[in-house]
Amino acid sequence: MTKLIIILLSAVFINNYVLSRFLGICPFLGVSKKLDSAAGMSIAVIFVMLMATAATYPIQMYLLVPNDLGYLQTIVFILVIAALVQLVEIVLKRFIPSLHKSLGVYLPLITTNCAVLGVTILNIDEGYTFVEAMVNSLGSGLGFFLAMVMFSGVRSTIEGSDIPKSFKGLPITLIAAAITSLSFLGFGGVVENLFG
Amino acid sequence: MDSILTAVIPVVIIGIVCAAVLVVASKLMAVKEDERFPAVRDCLPGANCGACGFAGCDGYAKALCENPDTPTNLCVPGADAVSRQLSDILGVEFADVIEKVAVVHCGGDCSRTEDKFLYEGIKSCAAAKLMYGGKGSCSYGCLALGDCANVCPQDAICIEDGVARVNAKKCIGCGLCARTCPNNLISLVADVERVVVTCSNKDKGALTRKVCSNGCIGCKKCEKVCPMGAITVKDNVAVIDYDKCTDCTDFGVCAKNCTTGCILVADLSGMHRVKE
Repeated sequence: MTKLIIILLSAVFINNYVLSRFLGICPFLGVSKKLDSAAGMSIAVIFVMLMATAATYPIQMYLLVPNDLGYLQTIVFILVIAALVQLVEIVLKRFIPSLHKSLGVYLPLITTNCAVLGVTILNIDEGYTFVEAMVNSLGSGLGFFLAMVMFSGVRSTIEGSDIPKSFKGLPITLIAAAITSLSFLGFGGVVENLFG
Repeated sequence: MDSILTAVIPVVIIGIVCAAVLVVASKLMAVKEDERFPAVRDCLPGANCGACGFAGCDGYAKALCENPDTPTNLCVPGADAVSRQLSDILGVEFADVIEKVAVVHCGGDCSRTEDKFLYEGIKSCAAAKLMYGGKGSCSYGCLALGDCANVCPQDAICIEDGVARVNAKKCIGCGLCARTCPNNLISLVADVERVVVTCSNKDKGALTRKVCSNGCIGCKKCEKVCPMGAITVKDNVAVIDYDKCTDCTDFGVCAKNCTTGCILVADLSGMHRVKE
């Protein structure tokens, strides 16, 4: 149990996908302008990360490894995740139209998001069991959510402030992202010592 | 050769399985959508202004598809062109759209009225209104902080000399400004009308005259001279009944006889009429 909590917390804070591993930067910079779209995107990411792990973990363990096809991991995972997201979209549209409407455009956007692919591959590389892999995916999704929501707050402050002309737009956004990710360095080593 | 096949075959199989699942799912789970809906939706301008009374263009398109009684002439920004397309698609009779333009019922610019105090707060009419009814000495008048101009999707409104002015050539008649104005100064009128009352002050004549030289003092002169009986003074302000104000035998007589000049002959022919 302790190990699961450690996995969850370190996925959220220490190995934050956006701010420490620098995966999923495109939605981080692209969709973080407004709080509601940032939250919508992050919820879709959490959802897809969990679904993707649940689908790719058995494929790796029962299909690729026994047949000695480990080198096909990346391409098979991309294929499966893409198909899965499409399937989820169809199912949601039929049964939960309201959720489909709120996730809306974000679902297809994250079909081949590097953070989603990253989670599934790192789950395998870390040698997690299925439950641990699911917990890690949840943590990664929550970490993405945290980073997106925090950064949308930072960005709305930037929008309203007086910035030198040459820094306006993307430059100041990148600087702000760098400082935000620096702040996450402070979490290093905290979780391991929390329970030890 | 074998090593290539061992790599290609599993990927192809997985791909085919995924494709099959998706095909089956999209067949089984297909959501029934009125096939006219995309066509109807494409006709509408997509301004989502709400002038039709539905929640955005999607809402109007949905109502049109589901309920055959929904009138096709509700889209004021789209005007006759959209109404014609809609009636073609839905197979109903063409209904003429009454094109509308926004009119500001206040003419209290800098030269006609004065401020009673200096306002240095949030630049929003709604906020200024909370402060003793606004900075102008007339509490019914235009607050001139541009809430209407901000909400206008066409940039048709600008604040000039301390009063909002509508550029009828740009106005699409969506009515967002009318819903935003905290003093309810803006109304939509058909773009064929030619006289407007530019005052909304409901105070007695003497009080009105003190605060604004453009104000309607409720003298009822227009009421008497109007040959069609279209003007009535209600709550100390002249109101034109546009249903009666047609085919005027002595056009512009009300404006000419207005004591304070708050009834104006105006050119309200908007963008749609100019195009025709």
